Amino acid sequence: MDMAINQTDFSFIPEREKSIRTKGQQMQAIQCQADSVAGCVSQRACVYCGARVVLNPITDAVHLVHGPIGCASYTWDIRGSLSSGADLYRHSFSTDLREEDIIFGGERKLMRCIDELAERYHPPVMLVYSTCIVGVIGDDLEAVCRLASKRHRIKVIPVQSSGFSGNKSDGYRIACEVLLRMIASQERILYQPFHLNYLGDYNLAGEAWIICGYLQEIGINVNVAFTGDSRCESLLTAPGAALNIVQCAGSMGYLAKRMEEIYGIPFLNVSFLGLEDTMQSLRRIADFFANPYIIKRCEALIERELAQYGPIVKQYRQHLKGKKAAVFVGGGFKAISLIKQFRELGMEVVMVGTQTGRQEEYDAISQLVAEGTVILDDANPSELERFMLEQGADLLVGGVKERPLAYKLGLSFIDHNHERKHPLSGFTGAANFAREVEQTVCSPVWKYLDGPIHTGRINP
Amino acid sequence: MMKDDPNPVRSVAENPCNMCMPLGAIIPFKGIENCMVIIHGSQGCATYMRRHMAEHFNEPVDIASSSITERGTIYGGEANLKHGLNNLIQLYQPAVVGILSTCLAETIGEDIVRIAGVFQEEQAGSETPAMIPVPTPGYGGSHFEGYFLALTGIVTALAQPTRRHDRINVLVPHISPADVREIKRLLELMQVQYTLLPDVSATLDAPYTQIYRKIPAGGTVPADIAAMPGARATIQFGATVEDELSPGKYLEINHGVPLYNLSLPMGIVACDRFLNLLETLTGNEIPKQLLDERGRLLDAMVDAHKYNREGRAVVFGEPEMVYALGQVLAENGITPVILATGSKSPRLKELLLDLTADNDEEPLILIDSDFAQIRKHCADKRINLAIGNSDGRILTEKDGIPLVRMGFPVHDRIGGQRILTVGYTGTTQLLDLITNTLLANKLKHYRENMYAKHFPFQPKTIMFKGEVSDDGQF
Ligand code: SF4
Ligand code: SF4
Repeated sequence: MDMAINQTDFSFIPEREKSIRTKGQQMQAIQCQADSVAGCVSQRACVYCGARVVLNPITDAVHLVHGPIGCASYTWDIRGSLSSGADLYRHSFSTDLREEDIIFGGERKLMRCIDELAERYHPPVMLVYSTCIVGVIGDDLEAVCRLASKRHRIKVIPVQSSGFSGNKSDGYRIACEVLLRMIASQERILYQPFHLNYLGDYNLAGEAWIICGYLQEIGINVNVAFTGDSRCESLLTAPGAALNIVQCAGSMGYLAKRMEEIYGIPFLNVSFLGLEDTMQSLRRIADFFANPYIIKRCEALIERELAQYGPIVKQYRQHLKGKKAAVFVGGGFKAISLIKQFRELGMEVVMVGTQTGRQEEYDAISQLVAEGTVILDDANPSELERFMLEQGADLLVGGVKERPLAYKLGLSFIDHNHERKHPLSGFTGAANFAREVEQTVCSPVWKYLDGPIHTGRINP
Repeated sequence: MMKDDPNPVRSVAENPCNMCMPLGAIIPFKGIENCMVIIHGSQGCATYMRRHMAEHFNEPVDIASSSITERGTIYGGEANLKHGLNNLIQLYQPAVVGILSTCLAETIGEDIVRIAGVFQEEQAGSETPAMIPVPTPGYGGSHFEGYFLALTGIVTALAQPTRRHDRINVLVPHISPADVREIKRLLELMQVQYTLLPDVSATLDAPYTQIYRKIPAGGTVPADIAAMPGARATIQFGATVEDELSPGKYLEINHGVPLYNLSLPMGIVACDRFLNLLETLTGNEIPKQLLDERGRLLDAMVDAHKYNREGRAVVFGEPEMVYALGQVLAENGITPVILATGSKSPRLKELLLDLTADNDEEPLILIDSDFAQIRKHCADKRINLAIGNSDGRILTEKDGIPLVRMGFPVHDRIGGQRILTVGYTGTTQLLDLITNTLLANKLKHYRENMYAKHFPFQPKTIMFKGEVSDDGQF
């Protein structure tokens, strides 16, 4: 791989320097949660994207994008969240604002769209996302939604996700506020001592099902998963739970905190990525309920699953030991889990970055990784290219945009984004992950890349 | 003849069949040598477009953004854009920079043409790349219009009065890199001197090399674009393009370059027209190699003609592609039942009406449409073939109509950049794919169909489960 050195002189953008750290070299903390630097080809998305990620898996809601067509077009059914019933969430609805709407305002068109959709689909809830220009042309989303709610007797909730008003993580927070509105109910809430809510799992390839299956088996009921395979009605059961467990803290940590304040529900941060984390998380949940029956069932489940999947992971580990990984994902939580998971496979992470990680998360990352590891926030393709090559990475974990870059550099790739079609959670997921890493790292294709052309000459 | 508008009045767009202007505008810039693009607007749009393109082309597609934030929307984004330009030039060292805008930038009144001018003035003295600003508010039209708007912008910005020379300008619409390669091959076989714009054949389908280049090699050379006004003729594959958006028209009106506006060379007739035109313009004969390829296409058409007659198709996508496909269907006896585009294209509608005027069954032509509408019309029409981009997978999933993928985007299969459909050879490949899709569909169902229709006795055991599809047989 050392032959693939970039010819053009890599010129650093000085402003970016504060967002790049090498463990053991600089004292200053990394700069994160700042605005992207213009012209640097940030990999980040927008507020709307963040809100959509969190809310879209609600299967029976109409998700209406108030804005020009593009914003809706690029997000139509691109994520792998599965549903056990409704599939309204897989359709893309847009108010498709045109020039004249920009001039005269989009409120009337929005109202007409809501009317049409209410009549056609009778959804229990309609979520109306605002995009950048709606924030500028001054449509009163709140007022239109209030009026529409009355007219159609359903919840029509505005999602104030104008893209420019922050980044993806602001979108998460806005979505959490919307979820708080959705779970609020007039009815008295029945407290259920052995029920929990599962926050921050979007049921990609059935991941939430896997975890809910484990919990059910050990005697704990899940009221609702936020928001994987959730329905508007099932969300209403959330306030009765005795505990919230949070998988993706980046997107749902805020909701957990707010639910603790409002409903007094305590929360646990958990992770079901990797054998180790899954095991620990299940034990901590069982301990919380402090019930001997649950604890016993929990241990039995762990023993059985480890017996089944442990050897598989171990087998792949043999092929992977000593390989080097680079990680560039959306949030810090995932990066942390991945560092641990690679360790289970005998691999070291030599570069790690996120789009929108927070300071605490970077601190945790810095604790975990070895000296010399490059840590970067909101990296651009030039930086990814440079550090992956300099650090001698064999593999990159990232999203769709990063995949072709890895391949062009002759690196293996793991898709840890919302588009993937196989689960990476729980014991099964850990085995899937190990297999996927092996499939890409140990593919025969790499060995043809750097060699000279094969001649047909016959040696005398 | 279809007189009234079959598009019912509706406000909500459900499952869009088009993307927005800046996305389309990026592509011609990606077909210029050593060129980079920056989109003036908020970060999200650029990222979404990159994602969309990376998935289709399986290539890293770097697109910068001026990353306007809340402050920028209040105080103006000029500083952001200039700052972005500086960083972009430092990181990529491009020779040409395309500057596009999003809905947001246009709505808050950003004038990218002025800002680009100011930037260049401020940098006077130091060597700056050529700047080509093209305002592309997303709400102003679909990616199809964006593409031609940018192409016209590029030609307008770079073309210089030039002494007459022997080259021919070739302007291509949004087609795959493989298609561009094929058109170049045809031109070379015809020994034509040409300038093809935009040439994405290598930039959006770069071969693996040991040294990675942030801006891939290839693309139309800016100096060649500058010399376009001196060309003997322009051949533009833009039959459906309105005059205001037509770079060929621009060259004709402003520089007197005769324009030959053709449809994409797909199918016998369109390919013949293209090659005949080249023959006339250059006086060179069509080489035997191409006549052989033509003969093979004819052979394939005969081999498949009976199967194809059973085809009842829905076609959707960008106007230029839909029109070209319409001709392929017509030549092969496949019934076009629905022809749809997400763009507003009055010219496409006229052309399709002409093309299908003598059909027994009047096709439904949907302009400015979406997949909800297309699906609604698909019901009860015994459609057994869909041709278009990956978003049409919904027709397979919900309505059981098999999809032949082409156009943009192809995001749920690999190799969107390599799909070849032009020239005699490309048409042959496409036709085989179409016929085989029809055959596969027929073979999948014919046992249960025949059993359900003709088995004369009381069924003892249920032999076949599943739905019986209407195959149009008696
Ligand atoms: S439609 Fe406008 S706002 Fe939406 S992605 Fe396109 S340019 Fe951006
Ligand atoms: S317009 Fe705004 S909301 Fe829409 S994609 Fe762009 S940044 Fe996101």
